[in-house]
Amino acid sequence: MIEGRSLGQIAWSRLKRDKVAMAGGVVVILLVLLAILAKPIEMVFNLDPNAFHQNLVDPELLAPKGGWGGMSWAHPLGVDPKFGRDILARIIEGSWISMLVATGATVLSNVIGTVLGIIAGYYGGWVDALISRLMDVFLAFPLLLFAISISASLQDGAFGLSGLPLRICVLIFVIGFFNWPYMGRIVRGQTLSLREREFVEAARGMGARGPFILFRELLPNLVAPILVYSTLLIPTNILFEAALSFLGVGIAPPQASWGGMLTSAVDVYQSDPQYMFVPGLAIFVTVLAFNLFGDGLRDALDPRSK
Amino acid sequence: MNTRKVTSALALCLAMALGVSACGGSGGSSSSGKKDQALTSIVNASTKKGGTVTADHSSGPDSLDPGNTYYGWVQDFSRLYARTLLTFKPAAGKAGLTVVPDLATGLGTASPDAKTWTYHLRTGVKFQDGTPVTSKDVKYAIERSNFAPDVMSNGPVYFKSYLADDTKYQGPYKDKSANGLASIETPDAQTIVFHLAKPFADFDYLATFSQTAPVEQSKDTGATYVQHIQSTGPYKFASYSEGKGATLVRNPEWNKATDPIRTALPDKYVLKFNINQRTIDNDLLSNNLTVDLQGTGVEAETQSKILGNKSRLDHTDDAIAGATSYMALNLHVAPFDNVNCRKAVQYAVDKKSVVDAEGGAVKGDVASTLLPPSVNGYTKFDDYPTAGNAGDVTKAKAALAACGKPNGFTTTLTARSDRQPEVDGATAIQAALKKVGITVNIKTFPSDKYFSNYAGVPDYVHSHDVGMMMMAWGADWPTGYGFLDQIVDGSAIKPSGGNNLMELNDPQINQALASAISNTDAAARTKAWGDIDKMVMANASVVPLIYRKNLLYRPDSATNVTVTQAYLGMYDFLLMGSSK
Repeated sequence: MIEGRSLGQIAWSRLKRDKVAMAGGVVVILLVLLAILAKPIEMVFNLDPNAFHQNLVDPELLAPKGGWGGMSWAHPLGVDPKFGRDILARIIEGSWISMLVATGATVLSNVIGTVLGIIAGYYGGWVDALISRLMDVFLAFPLLLFAISISASLQDGAFGLSGLPLRICVLIFVIGFFNWPYMGRIVRGQTLSLREREFVEAARGMGARGPFILFRELLPNLVAPILVYSTLLIPTNILFEAALSFLGVGIAPPQASWGGMLTSAVDVYQSDPQYMFVPGLAIFVTVLAFNLFGDGLRDALDPRSK
Repeated sequence: MNTRKVTSALALCLAMALGVSACGGSGGSSSSGKKDQALTSIVNASTKKGGTVTADHSSGPDSLDPGNTYYGWVQDFSRLYARTLLTFKPAAGKAGLTVVPDLATGLGTASPDAKTWTYHLRTGVKFQDGTPVTSKDVKYAIERSNFAPDVMSNGPVYFKSYLADDTKYQGPYKDKSANGLASIETPDAQTIVFHLAKPFADFDYLATFSQTAPVEQSKDTGATYVQHIQSTGPYKFASYSEGKGATLVRNPEWNKATDPIRTALPDKYVLKFNINQRTIDNDLLSNNLTVDLQGTGVEAETQSKILGNKSRLDHTDDAIAGATSYMALNLHVAPFDNVNCRKAVQYAVDKKSVVDAEGGAVKGDVASTLLPPSVNGYTKFDDYPTAGNAGDVTKAKAALAACGKPNGFTTTLTARSDRQPEVDGATAIQAALKKVGITVNIKTFPSDKYFSNYAGVPDYVHSHDVGMMMMAWGADWPTGYGFLDQIVDGSAIKPSGGNNLMELNDPQINQALASAISNTDAAARTKAWGDIDKMVMANASVVPLIYRKNLLYRPDSATNVTVTQAYLGMYDFLLMGSSK
């Protein structure tokens, strides 16, 4: 007997066959778990990302004592060259910052992009023209300059927030708010083709109104592209967060972040190259895993795009 | 034996280098010297004329015009083309802090109340066009550099603050009257008399400023004078290109007979600006450059390259920069209005950790006083000693309890974002204070806005609860007054751009500064600076961190190399020559 299979089940079976995507997916899940459990892990293994071990570093040579960036059983990935802080602990501590900012920014740009994109695509006319021009304006915005200036000017405290929560919110806002047009264009394009389909005509014929059609008829059919694009947007946002921290306008020290670690590693890359390697590898693995998984997901949900 | 001969020759060189640089024969060859040798002696001493000194800078001067500069290296370098009333003796070690006559025939003659200072000029000194230098040219130079801030915006204005100026003088560009500033008199062509508003015993140090180098009024074109500076020294400009560089060649109008301090050995100086610091460092290491003009030492990466290599290490001098890094505790931000809370921080800070975070012993020594060791008046003491300078949690907690905050408190620490070592030092302080329960939030600001918009603005500091501020200070002239006046005197508190970050306004300290500077007895004055330093430390609002040092590199081709303490621990450009 042939069992009826839903769209999700079909996609899942396709995804399962894609070994590369599955590997990426497993890494993504592990990274998400690491980010969520970062604080408990630090507590259980007694890792303090901000504890100094300056007896382990040579301050004048700007490098940890001993080879390989000061690797030892106590500090498996070595210590950083100025303060002797444990790199493993800082990588773990940095993971939740990266994930939180990247996920938050992705959600923000998805919500704005989806809502505006679906409205533009469905209503067309002057609404579409207005929103499309708005997208052009946002895309033409010198994002990096804006990000630098807003992060620099808001480090004092704003909206009742200060310190780390403020920095995280500012990063999420800056990264998310200016990336929505990419999502918006994809959703608009998909909506343009969907709105001419029979099921929309039928709903309209039965007297359904705008919002119902938008969110009950069109949106479920847009889930696949949104999901795919999100998994591809997250790694971009991780890189962007790292870039902002690298430029010194992201997360403020001593809070560990991968981009911040890279910045301090650049100062000492000749004397202590291992230090740059670790956060660089962490960013690389994360971005690669999300990209592989996102690609696989796209192939599984929409085989024609292959 | 051969080696013994070399050793004795070296010993002879060292002995003679203490006097005048006269160690013929060894010049030109490459005797690289030992580590730190140029701190106390003249390395690669030579009397051989000729050669080209090549000197690069990672950015450039504020201006090479001696009347329009505040940079230490320009003060040092401009002496090659601009003779000042007095200057610092081009000599090794402590002797380099001695003020000697240059354009003047002797040090200033003060009236008993130290309010009138008279200098006599040497005869026979000429500008590069052959015009004799008169006291009017010196007076004009001070008028243009101190009283025309809209034209000459860079330099300090000490003359303006100390000269009696009841005429509301507007500067030579606006005030075209023949007499000019009334408080400087020129009774004859060789005499200049300064009338001060209040007693000022350090005036001879002001007379070493490049601003006292004579300028011909007829040749002065204001801000563009830098394009055609009229030299009085042994070198004149053959070319100058803003932001790019300059070339100096011999000035035939300079007469050695009128100049007891300049040896003028090189034939030429070639300056290049806006050269990447790493390129400069590499050129020094490969002996393709004579000197780094900036004089603040090699960058961190180069430092690690040098320290692992014995022969390179022998080419370095770890020079005392004449500056102290410290942390200011603001007396008007709770809980630092309570002296015990300030003392808690004094004890809690792990200074060893701060030094290590900022680059280790090469970058400086742990400080316990505000005055650095190279400044006249420095007295060694430590009011808040801790074992190994690593902080003392027990004493800090006791002080916290006395302050009524046994569980600690939360405060903000500011640092300059573009000064990585300062941010690293702040991070180390944050970690140390956490051990006693003090939570520190670090805020960083760009250094060009640090004093004008943030740490130097009391309103900002109070409203944002900025209890602690990272700070570094070097003296404009190497005496206790030159160091302390701008940072601990109550009058240095300004609505914006002030340097007294503690907002220390202690009548006793203000009074002690005022009475010491009016004292013409040099020994009593010197003692007073140390006493004032002790008063500041007793107040506990300054946490001294590091006596700064710079790792300077001298290539084999650089001759007559010595560190001058008078100019923030850079190499003395008057002495330095090149075998290339």
